Amino acid sequence: MRSPLQNMFTIIDDGGASQVDERTWTELAKRAEVAGRPVAIDAAERVAYLGVTAADRATALSSLEAPDFTLPDLEGRQHSLSQHRGRKVLLVAYASW
Amino acid sequence: MITVALDRSDDDARPWIEAAKPTHPSLIDTRHVLADFYNIVNVPTILWIDEGGRLVRPNDVAFGTDTFKHITGIAAARHHAALRAWVRGEAAALPEARVRALQSLPTEADQQARAEFGLGEWLSAHGRGEAAARHFARAGELAPHDFTIRRGTMPMRGVDPMGPEFRTMLGEWVKAGNPYYRPLPE
Repeated sequence: MRSPLQNMFTIIDDGGASQVDERTWTELAKRAEVAGRPVAIDAAERVAYLGVTAADRATALSSLEAPDFTLPDLEGRQHSLSQHRGRKVLLVAYASW
Repeated sequence: MITVALDRSDDDARPWIEAAKPTHPSLIDTRHVLADFYNIVNVPTILWIDEGGRLVRPNDVAFGTDTFKHITGIAAARHHAALRAWVRGEAAALPEARVRALQSLPTEADQQARAEFGLGEWLSAHGRGEAAARHFARAGELAPHDFTIRRGTMPMRGVDPMGPEFRTMLGEWVKAGNPYYRPLPE
């Protein structure tokens, strides 16, 4: 598993990972930090994760409009909360652990 | 109803889904997308969303059955009755001001923890277990109340999430005066 990542810099933003050169990697992480976003970096592995600010999440939740999301089922079919408009939804987060 | 498993992989959630044979969407969220959007810090967490896509009951703790009632002290019936009344239109959900008052909003530390988790999850999925463990540990320090991180990463770290490490963590947490489950007061 070592070789595919060698000499590559990875940025994960909005859930999607992209490979960039070192200069772009540093620039994007810095820009996110300046914008106040949470940034997690593993310099040795050359991976940076750009998160979402608490203020953005808090504003969305306080609006009481349920944040839309899209996730797969076991068959790989994608489902969005917004497909359920017009019906009451009980949203349940659970886990095997 | 939409159920979302905050699990490491399809295979971790599969036995439960196959046993339940749900007719509703039963989704898998390995990256904790839902936890990030809704500030979910433990499972089970339930929310009510009305026909217009509005949150009418914020994050609450409820169980489908009484299987774990002897541990949690939370009976399933109370939520079932309230849910049924709301769905049938026999009872209104909480007024907006109450929903807002009962909401728990994320802090900057919570969101930094989620970034560390996201990085760790990616590293773990790419065979970088040791690097991942460092970021999971950092995430847990930043958000010690977030058990989707502290317990939810145990399978990725090769730790039994029902085993001694979990019981020690839970014991220390409770001994310090913190509740593991935080159901809404109403």
